Amino acid sequence: MAKVAPPEELAKVDHTPPKKGWMDMPVELKEGRWCYGSKPKDHEVTGLPNPRAWSPGDEDWKLPENWQEIFLEGMRERLDKFRSFRLFMDICVRCGACADKCHFFIGSGDPKNMPVLRAELLRSVYRGEFTTAGKVLGKLAGGRKLTYDVFKELFYYFFQCTECRRCSLYCPYGIDTAEITIIGRELLNLLGCNIDWIAGPVANCYRTGNHLGIQPHAYHSMIEFFCEEIEEITGILPEPSLNRKGAEILFITPSGDIFADPGTFTAMGYIMLFHYLEGLGLDITWSTYASEGGNFGSFTSHEMMKRLNSKMYAEAKRLGVKYIIGGECGHMWRVCNQYMDTMTGPADFLEVPKSPITGTVFENAKSHKMLHICEFTADLIKHGKLNLDPSRNDQYKVTFHDSCNPSRGMGFLDEPRYIINNVCNSFFDMPINTIREQTFCCGGGSGLNTDEIMDLRMRGGLPRANAVKYVHEKHGVNLLSCICAIDRATLPPMMEYWVPDVEVSGVHELVANALILEGETKRTMNLRAEEFPWVEEEEVEEAAAEVILEAADEGVEEAAEEVADEEAAGEAEGEE
Amino acid sequence: MGIWVSFFAVIALVVIPLVGAQGAGQYLFGIVIPYLAVLTFIIGFIYRVVQWAKTPVPFKIPTTGGQMKSFSWIKPNPIDNPSSTGGVIARMALEVFAFRSLFRNTRIELRDGPKLDYGSNKWLWVAALAFHYAFLVVFIRHFRLFMEPVPFFVGALESVDGFVEIGLPRLMISGVVLLLAALYLFLRRVAVPQLRYISLAADYFPLFLIIGLATSGILMRYFIRVDITSVKELVIGLVSFHPAIPKGIGVIFYIHLFLLSVLITYFPFSKLMHAGGVFFSPTRNMPNDNRARRHINPWNYPVKVHSYAEYEDDFREKMIEVGLPVEKE
Repeated sequence: MAKVAPPEELAKVDHTPPKKGWMDMPVELKEGRWCYGSKPKDHEVTGLPNPRAWSPGDEDWKLPENWQEIFLEGMRERLDKFRSFRLFMDICVRCGACADKCHFFIGSGDPKNMPVLRAELLRSVYRGEFTTAGKVLGKLAGGRKLTYDVFKELFYYFFQCTECRRCSLYCPYGIDTAEITIIGRELLNLLGCNIDWIAGPVANCYRTGNHLGIQPHAYHSMIEFFCEEIEEITGILPEPSLNRKGAEILFITPSGDIFADPGTFTAMGYIMLFHYLEGLGLDITWSTYASEGGNFGSFTSHEMMKRLNSKMYAEAKRLGVKYIIGGECGHMWRVCNQYMDTMTGPADFLEVPKSPITGTVFENAKSHKMLHICEFTADLIKHGKLNLDPSRNDQYKVTFHDSCNPSRGMGFLDEPRYIINNVCNSFFDMPINTIREQTFCCGGGSGLNTDEIMDLRMRGGLPRANAVKYVHEKHGVNLLSCICAIDRATLPPMMEYWVPDVEVSGVHELVANALILEGETKRTMNLRAEEFPWVEEEEVEEAAAEVILEAADEGVEEAAEEVADEEAAGEAEGEE
Repeated sequence: MGIWVSFFAVIALVVIPLVGAQGAGQYLFGIVIPYLAVLTFIIGFIYRVVQWAKTPVPFKIPTTGGQMKSFSWIKPNPIDNPSSTGGVIARMALEVFAFRSLFRNTRIELRDGPKLDYGSNKWLWVAALAFHYAFLVVFIRHFRLFMEPVPFFVGALESVDGFVEIGLPRLMISGVVLLLAALYLFLRRVAVPQLRYISLAADYFPLFLIIGLATSGILMRYFIRVDITSVKELVIGLVSFHPAIPKGIGVIFYIHLFLLSVLITYFPFSKLMHAGGVFFSPTRNMPNDNRARRHINPWNYPVKVHSYAEYEDDFREKMIEVGLPVEKE
C-alpha cells in the first residue's frame, strides 16, 4: 500500500493545469492512484475475457493482438445501443460547469479528473475514429487515435471516477460522466482490463452469492453470532430465518454489513427490528443465495450487472415470497431503482408491497416490488408502531451523509432523515452544497474502496470530510450516519484521516439502539457493546443516594463530604 | 493553438467574400452558398436528430435533483425529480428556457485549514441566457427582411428592443448584448486556466464566427450602411425561390451573409447540435418512476446466471450441516 502524505500536505492542492495541452501530456500512472489488475482466476469464474496475470504498473498489459479492433468495435456497438452514450459523445460544449464539481478534481487537482476532460479522453477517440472531421483534421478537430498510451490513460481515469453523478446535476445538458465511465469500463473489460477489487467480488458473488465470498454455512454462523451479541446487550435472542420457503418477505442486504464493523451493527439493527416486528405479524427471511444487495457487476458491464442481479428475483420466486425488502446500500439502490425491473423483470410472480404491520401499500414500487428498508421503517414510525427511546442515542450528535446513488439516482433524501430524527435527539445537517442532491462521494464508490489507492481516496474524500469537519466543530457532531455499505467501509478511515473523533454508522444501528424490545433487560450499552457514558454516572448517583440516606440516618457531616468527593471523582472519570 | 487557428479561419472567412463578392461573385455569395448552407443545415440537423432518435434508450436513468415521490407525508420535488410526464415537461422547459442546471452552478475555493468554500457562481448562467436570448431576438428581428407584410410581433419586439431610443437608426439592445455575451464567453475561455485547458478549436471557432456575424451586422446597421430595400429584395427572392441579385448592396452584407452561411453549414457537424441534443438527454427527459412503471429495453437479452441449483450443488453438505433447508437432500 502506498504511503499517504499527512493531511496538511495532502490538502495543498494546486488546481492550475499545466502549460502543455492535455493531448500532449503522456499518461503517467501515479502510485496510490491506480488499482491492482484483475486476477486470471476471477476472470475464469465469470468468463471475463483475456485472463492473465498483469499489473497496470507493467509496460506490457498483455492485450490481445487485435485489441484496437475489439475496443473500437465495442464502441461502435455501444454507440448504437445507448442513446445516452452517443448523445454524450456529441453534444458537450465544454462550458466547464462540471469542472470543480468532482471530488477527485477538488482533492487531486489533476485536470484530467475534471469530468469534462475525463469524458473528453474517450470523446477524442470517438472523434478521431468515428467522425469524418476528426479523421481528417485530427487534433485540430479534437480527435485522437486509439494508441496504447491512450488506452492506458482511459483505464487510469475511468478507475478514478466513482460514478457519483454529481457533475451530471450541474451539466446544462445532463451529460452524465457516470454513464460514460460505465461504458468506458465496459470497453476496458472487453480486453480483460478490470481491477482486482471489482473482478474478485464479482467472481465471489457469482459463485457464493455475495461479494465477500461468504459461504452459506459461514453466513449462517455470522448471523448466529450477531444474535448472541444482541442477547448480550438486550437479554433477548432473536431467531432470524435463512432460505425459508413460504415467508412473506425476502430481505437482501449488502454482505459488507455481515462482514465488517461498523456495518455489522447495522446488520444487528435489522435483526432486532425484524424480531420486534415478528410479534406484530412480520414474516421475513434472509437468503444465503441472494446474500448480496450490492452489485459490483454494475462496475464491470451492464451484462455482468444483470448476471448478478438476477439472483434477487430468482430467489424471491424460489422461496415464494410476496415481495422483497432491500437493505441500506448505495449502488444497490441505483441498480434496483434504475435497472433491475428493466433487466430482470417483470416480477409478475410477486405482489405490490404492502406493510403487514401498517397496511400501507407502496404504490411507488408497484412494478419493481421491492422496498427500501428505510421506506419500510419510516412508515412504521409514522404509524407509531415502534416503541422508541431516542435518548439511548444521546451520546451521539448525528449528521447524515447522503450516498451518491440514492441521492442522484433515486431522490431518497427525506426518508432516512425522518428516521434519524425519530431515533436520535440531536441531528445536524451538513452545509447545503454538500448534502442531498449535491452530496459528495465518500471517495471510494464504484468499486474504488480498495487500500492501494488510499492516496486517491483521501483526496476524493476531502470535500465530504471537510463538511463533516464543519458540523463537528460547530455542533460537536461525532457520528456520521449513512445508508450505504461502501460508505460504512470507506468513511471510517477517511474520518480517521481528516476528522478524527467522528464515528460512522448505518441508520438502522441507531434505530435498534432506540428500539425498546419487549421483555428486554435494562440496556447499559449500545450495539457496539460500548457502555452508555451515562451508565457510570447513574451508578455513582445511585451509590451517592445510598450514602446520603445513611448520612441522614447517622447525622454525620463527614458522610456528606464523602459524597461530594465521590461525585467529583465520578465526573472526572466520565469526562475521561 | 486552437484559438489562433480558429481566429485566422474566421478572418479568412471575412476576406473570402470581401474579395469574391464582386460582379458575378455576388451570385455565388448571395444565392448559391446560402441555398447550399440552408440545405446542409436542414439535412444535417435532421440526420443528427434522427440518428439520436433511433438509438434506443435501454434504461431509465434520470439524474434526480430532489426528493422523490414516496409517501403522502414527504414533500416531493416534482420538477427536479419528476414522477410524471407533466413533471418531465416542466423540468425540460426550465432546462431549455431558463438553463436550470447551469443556475445551480457553484465555485469552490480551497483555503488553508483545509477549508472548502462553495460560492455562488451565476455569471456563466447570466451570460449564457443573455447570449441565447439576444440571439433569438436578433433572429426574430430579421423576419422583417424575409416577410412581407412584416408580422406584428416583429414590430412589437423592435419597439421593446430599441427602448433606449438612442441614435439613428435606433440602437437595438439585442445586437449589443449578443456581441458582449459572446465576447464574455470567449474571454472566460481564455482567462480561466482550467477552461483554457479544456477548450478546443471547436469551441473558439463558433464563438469567433458569431462575434464576426454580430459585428458585421452592427457595422451594417449603424456605420457602413447598405441599401436595406435591396437587401430585402434579395432575401425575399431567396425565400420565395425567385432568387435575384439587386444592384448596389455593399460587400459588408455579403460578408454578413457568408458568415451566417458558414455558421449554419457548420452547425450540424459540431457541438452546436446541443440545441437539438438537449431534448434527448435521458438524464433529464425521463421521469423517475422506474419502480412504479417498468421501462422496456428493446435489446434486453438473456444472460448466463449461476442458478440456485448450481449453488446448492456447490454447498449442499455445508448447508445441511448447519441446518439450512435444501431442495435436494
